[in-house]
Amino acid sequence: MPAMLSTQPHGLPHPHMQTEQGPQQRQFNPYTENGGTILAIAGKDFSVIAGDTRQSEGYSIQTRYAPKVFRLTDRAVLAVNGFAADGNMFVKKVRQRLEWYRHAHAKDMPLRAIARLIQTMLYARRFFPYYVYNILGGIEEDGSGAVYSFDPVGSYEREACRAAGAAQSLVQPFLDNQIYFKNQTPAPGTSHPTHLPLPTVLKLVIDSFTGATERHIEVGDGLEIYVVLAKGASTQALEGIRGIQETTVTNDGERVFIIQRELKKD
Amino acid sequence: MDHFPTNWGRPRNDAFDAYGTYPIAQHPRNAVDVFADGVQRTQQPIVTGTSVLAIKYKDGIMMAADNLASYGSLARFKDVQRLHPVGDYTVIGAGGDMSDFQYIQQMLEELVTEEFASQDGHTLGPVEIHEYMSHVMYARRSKINPLWNSLVIGGFKNGKSFLSYVDLLGTTYTASTIATGYGSMIAQPLLRKAVEGNETTLTEEEALKIIESSMRVLFYRDARSINKFQVATITEKGATISESRHLETSWSFAEGIRGYGSQTQ
Repeated sequence: MPAMLSTQPHGLPHPHMQTEQGPQQRQFNPYTENGGTILAIAGKDFSVIAGDTRQSEGYSIQTRYAPKVFRLTDRAVLAVNGFAADGNMFVKKVRQRLEWYRHAHAKDMPLRAIARLIQTMLYARRFFPYYVYNILGGIEEDGSGAVYSFDPVGSYEREACRAAGAAQSLVQPFLDNQIYFKNQTPAPGTSHPTHLPLPTVLKLVIDSFTGATERHIEVGDGLEIYVVLAKGASTQALEGIRGIQETTVTNDGERVFIIQRELKKD
Repeated sequence: MDHFPTNWGRPRNDAFDAYGTYPIAQHPRNAVDVFADGVQRTQQPIVTGTSVLAIKYKDGIMMAADNLASYGSLARFKDVQRLHPVGDYTVIGAGGDMSDFQYIQQMLEELVTEEFASQDGHTLGPVEIHEYMSHVMYARRSKINPLWNSLVIGGFKNGKSFLSYVDLLGTTYTASTIATGYGSMIAQPLLRKAVEGNETTLTEEEALKIIESSMRVLFYRDARSINKFQVATITEKGATISESRHLETSWSFAEGIRGYGSQTQ
């Protein structure tokens, strides 16, 4: 032990006190990780945004129902994953900014503007970031389905699909294969579709989450799927779906629906 | 020196504001502390309380916490109340640093008094107390100056029961069973097994049985606990916090344990 004690920067090594150290320094860590996974897929005239409802810390499940997906406007839905306290505060602040916009301009903020707003708000905290991965889904002003994904400090891009969170590494490759048709060769004389129909997308979303629930301990309990339909888009694909609820506020534009499903609780 | 002109205050203009009513009077803000760098922050809890348990049942919420405040492994204060009523509809239970908890009690007392004094027909329920505490805790963690507690907030107002959790990071959630600290590992599974799905049918007697047996298991296994605890119920009739009660425990089985401990055979 003398060799070790002699490396102490100050104080003489006391013969009887082996444990002499400097003042105990323990830094408070203002972050934690609350598990869960989110995902969004854009279609031609719709967008699907989903997340599980489990909130955990370490090996403990804190609650089986803590929503991670939030309706912002009738054409924008935001999914938030990472540090739950930051996530909730961030959604609160985005909603506040959208309300101010509504009061100033008497209309809802367009999706691409919300995306830029989110990047600005995230980057404003570049040196004490919101430890949160955001996925924004909805309908653009041209009526197309869109997904924007962000990193915690605001880098963002528009994509057709994105998974984030605890099971990102399980879900994203599945989506790459099933949506972008990566590593698949079309039959001779045919080509892969550029847009998938809504029923197919819903099936992929549910399969993604049941799969992630099987293989990741932080995913499970419940599933919330938001579907945003473009103005005038057919609701045929949503008819007969069990437990579907509409949460649209206005009645002549885009429409928002929620589908809730159970996931395994173990 | 404060370099932001908006913080300098507005010179009074007697021509149109003789009584200095603009800007609207605010609570006085503490001046900027020039010794801020030398200020001590809670970097670790000192005198600590252990788990808080709470469940939903038919009539409302039942919450329990023992009466011990530890100083490290020393059982320092053995008659501390860790359940605290806030207003008429809410009880808040705390684990973690007890001096921070006493500060929170003061803060809430002030809040409730101010709300009462306004006489506007509104009273603070558990939902409001939760929202308030979550913002306080998150704001403090964001200043890297946390209040080192895990709080359980239970209440009953307007026919609705409410149970939630807030901690030093500002993390929040609601659930039908909540256990903090050691209890989240030992008691939470027992509570879930007994309560999940039965929130609307459990009677007060059954709820008390569940809480009591969980507190017993905790006393057997948690070295920072004591067999003296209080139970709070929050129902339509209001919030009541029981006198301290003692647990019957039996340690005769300990003699039969072989393989570790002091005995050699």
